Formats: sequence, C-alpha cells, structure tokens
Amino acid sequence: MTAVEIAVAVRAGERSARDVIEEHLKQIEAREAELHAFNYVLADEARAVADAVDASVARGDDPGPLAGVPVALKDNMCTRGIPTTCSSKILEGWRPPYSATVVDRVVAAGGVPIGKTNLDEFAMGSSTENSAFGPTRNPRRPDRVPGGSSGGSAAAVAAGFAAVGLGSDTGGSIRQPAALSGVVGIKPTYGVVSRYGLIAFASSLDQIGPLTDSVEDSALLLEVIAGHDPLDSTSIAEPAPSLRDAVRAGVDGLRVGIVEELADAQGVQPDVVDAVEQAALALEKEGATVKRVSVPSAAYGLSAYYLIAPAEASSNLARYDGVRYGLRVEGPDAATMNARTRDAGFGPEVKRRIMLGTYALSAGYYDAYYGQAQRVRTLIIRDFARAYEHFDALLGPTSPTTAFELGAKTADPLSMYLSDVCTVPTSLAGHPAASVPFGVDGDGLPIGVQVLAPALGESVMFRVARTIEMAAP
Amino acid sequence: MLARLALTNAEIERLTGELGAILDYAAEVSALDTADVPPTAHPLPLVNVFRPDEPRPGLDRDEVLGQAPEAENGQFRVPRILGEAP
Repeated sequence: MTAVEIAVAVRAGERSARDVIEEHLKQIEAREAELHAFNYVLADEARAVADAVDASVARGDDPGPLAGVPVALKDNMCTRGIPTTCSSKILEGWRPPYSATVVDRVVAAGGVPIGKTNLDEFAMGSSTENSAFGPTRNPRRPDRVPGGSSGGSAAAVAAGFAAVGLGSDTGGSIRQPAALSGVVGIKPTYGVVSRYGLIAFASSLDQIGPLTDSVEDSALLLEVIAGHDPLDSTSIAEPAPSLRDAVRAGVDGLRVGIVEELADAQGVQPDVVDAVEQAALALEKEGATVKRVSVPSAAYGLSAYYLIAPAEASSNLARYDGVRYGLRVEGPDAATMNARTRDAGFGPEVKRRIMLGTYALSAGYYDAYYGQAQRVRTLIIRDFARAYEHFDALLGPTSPTTAFELGAKTADPLSMYLSDVCTVPTSLAGHPAASVPFGVDGDGLPIGVQVLAPALGESVMFRVARTIEMAAP
Repeated sequence: MLARLALTNAEIERLTGELGAILDYAAEVSALDTADVPPTAHPLPLVNVFRPDEPRPGLDRDEVLGQAPEAENGQFRVPRILGEAP
C-alpha cells in the first residue's frame, strides 16, 4: 500500500493505524538485524501514536492527510525526549529538549514516527558507512551500500519498514541514496521546508525532503512538511504550493533539457546514461520537447562544494565542545577538554571535513579557496538561470554509478566524494531536484534519473518525475 | 589549533595525504575567471529577517542542564579556562 492509500483507508475507518504499524513492525522484526536501517526503533511510541489516530477516527475527527502513515526519520532530526545521535559518538545518549518542526508537522498530520534512521555521521558521506554505529545495507542487494547520507531512510522505505521517510540533502544526501536503493527522493527548493531542529551540517545548503515508494507519496509528504516556520528565519514566507494536484498534469508542451555536464560527468556508468536517454524519450512521447543543454560551470560544482560545505561544517560543528550536551572527555583545562572530546567523539570523515573547512577559511587561503568557491557558486546560479530561459526542467543522472559494494570507496575519500558529482551543482543554486527510479543496470541494481527545476519549480518537477515514473521499465 | 581536535600522530599522517588530494581537486575552482563575479554566501536573497519582539517561553532549564556532562547551581560546569595549564 502506498502512503496515499494508507491515509485514505485510515481516514475512512477501513483500516486501523495500529494494524498498519504492526504490519511495518513485523517487516522490521524480519530484516532489521540484517540491514541496520535504524539507530532507534520507536515500536511502543508508534503504537501509542497509532492508537491516538484510531481514537480520533472513532470520534469522527479527521486525523489529517498522513493518517496512520508510518514515517522513518533520519537521526539528525530532533525528537523531544528520544535519542538523536547524527550517528555520532559525540551525541550518543543525548535526548533533545525539543522536536524539529518537520516532526511536529508529521505528527500533527496524523503521521506515525516509527524510528530514527542511520546516516553517515553528521550527514557527511555517500554510503552510510561513516556511521559510528555501523553501516546500513541495501535492501535490494545486502552486499551493496544503500547510498548516503540518508541511507537509513532510503533502506527503511525500500525494505517496507516505513511507508515514507524523511532525509536531509546537502549535496545529494536524499537523491543519491534514493537512486541506489530504488526509491523516489526529493530535495525541495532551499527554504521550502523548515530546518528548525535539523542538526546543521552546511546551513546554506541543508534541506529536508521525502524518500518514498512513489512520486505521489513524495508530493503528499512534502505538502505536509512545507511552509513558513517563524523558528527558521531562512524558511520562505510564501505559502507552500499545492503539489498533489500537479502530479498528474502531464508534460505536454514542457521543454526539457538534458544537462551535458551531468550526463557526461566523470565516471558515469553507460547504463545510467542510457536510462537518462530512455527517460527523455518517454517525456517526448508524452508531448515534451527534449534537447541537450550546457550548464558550463556545473562542471566545477563538486570542487566548489568541497570547499563551501566543509567551511560551513567546521563552523557549525564548533558547538560540540563537551560543555552543553553529549560526550565529554575530561582534561586539565577547557581547551584540552574540548580537543580531547572532539577527537574521541568525531569519526574520521567528520575530522577530515573540519580540517578542510578550517583550512579553506583560514587567513591567507580564504580568498583562493572559500572566496573563489563562493564566486563559482554565483557562476553556477547564472548558468542555470540562462538554461531556464529556454527550458522548464532539466534532466541528468542522479548518481554516476549504481550501488557499490560495502568498503569499495572507504579507503579513498575523493572517490566517495565523486558520488555527488551530478547532485551538487543544483544544490549550490538552492533549486529543487528529484530522483526517480528508472530501470536497473546489467547487475540488476536500481538506476535513478534526476529531474531539476528552477527555484520554487516543484510543480513542474513533480509533473516530469511522475511521467518518468509511469514510463519506467 | 583552530579546529580543536587533539589528533594523534597517525591521524595527522593519514590526513596530510588525504587532504592534499582533496585540496588538489577542490583547487580546480581557480580555473574559472571570476574577476567581476560577486560571491554567493546563501541561495536566498534574504536581508534582515525580523520578528515581533515579544517574550515567549524558552527551553526548560532543568531539562537542558540534565543533558549536560556536568552542571552545578543551574549552570554548565567546565574545567578552568583562564591561566590554562601547560
């Protein structure tokens, strides 16, 4: 059952939310030990929330558009009184005194949080192997990674542990695991979804979005979580657009461009390029026109990203100082205590990014690294704006490759970073993008096709995504 | 020093090679001519976001301090800061 179907059935009293939860808990029981999608399963809590939804239906009230839908939450979203770790030892045992706005909105809409999902520590990674609590495995092929950093949420949806999941995307952390795990993943326009209670990685890039089995389920979940939040000053003031109506509008008359710099990027698997071309043909068949388009500076997106994101991270992660929450390793003075705490609490990837970011921001290197990356970011925004003068939406691969084996890229950080080469450019622009499953490669592993749209172009993005989904082999 | 990470010698040795390779890749941004290009720090054109200056409840102090590694008299407790030991 899709999330849309679950909510319809629960609202109509045809199915109990409790029954839906028990069914998903049974799936978790069967495969969680093998897959490790969750850091924390909220079994009793989910039963209590589901019972409250059922009680509300029995009273004749409407529990909301997500009635009884089990939702997996990435473990970098704060949940009041419930452990929130970012898959880091530095936050182990911490119970936040407040919940993220997205969590409150999901529950207010009748949704049922079923667990906190595993991630690369502080969302830094593309395979979920950088978790302090061990990797998550891909439900389609357990010898493969699920992608990352939202690999736990992607795996939870792919394995039927939850009907829908929430992830966060800084440079591809929703879309890439969606592609590798064979589910739909949406990174909304920056500012559409509140970041209040999302533990910060790179604040000018971080955005929460859905991971689901279908495009329509993503539209449903995004409608619930989108909209202005006074607690996040970067959340967009305008009311969120209605998305579910747009989903079925088709693509007749739309102009779609295949981005050459993404399709021809370094290391893109031939099967993946082929899927993008097949998806383009499917759009043409439904009345869209498709041409190739160049977004020249997109080729420099990954380089700019690996200066900007670590720079912001090195600043954001300064708060883990052993004083207010989480781990403390004692020392004779505060500075030694800070340094020992951070060395013991952070894993290798987080340390790499802190060092990189600190360096990129340091006097003498600031202008050549961080400053130059910020100017390249402007060029990327300009090049996308030029492309959108002639196109309504753009197309490319989500990930250059399908799911790789555990351990394949852990020894070489740069090779892992290249997993984000197709997702990063549009993140720097703050634009929305979707990954839609489109067939499998020669090894039977899922391929994702990426749909890009201009800022606040979610409606057109969903129309294209849905059309690709319907045509998928 | 800035990063406040007490790295071991083995960590420093490994990081030196890794960060060198990453920086070589990242330095490709210098290939673009950006002479007259302004920097972008943030994707939204936001300038000074205001809200009404109204008092509202904050987080519960005991609940917050209950999460701290060490607290005393309603405050966070830390080791000495001034005149730091060698």
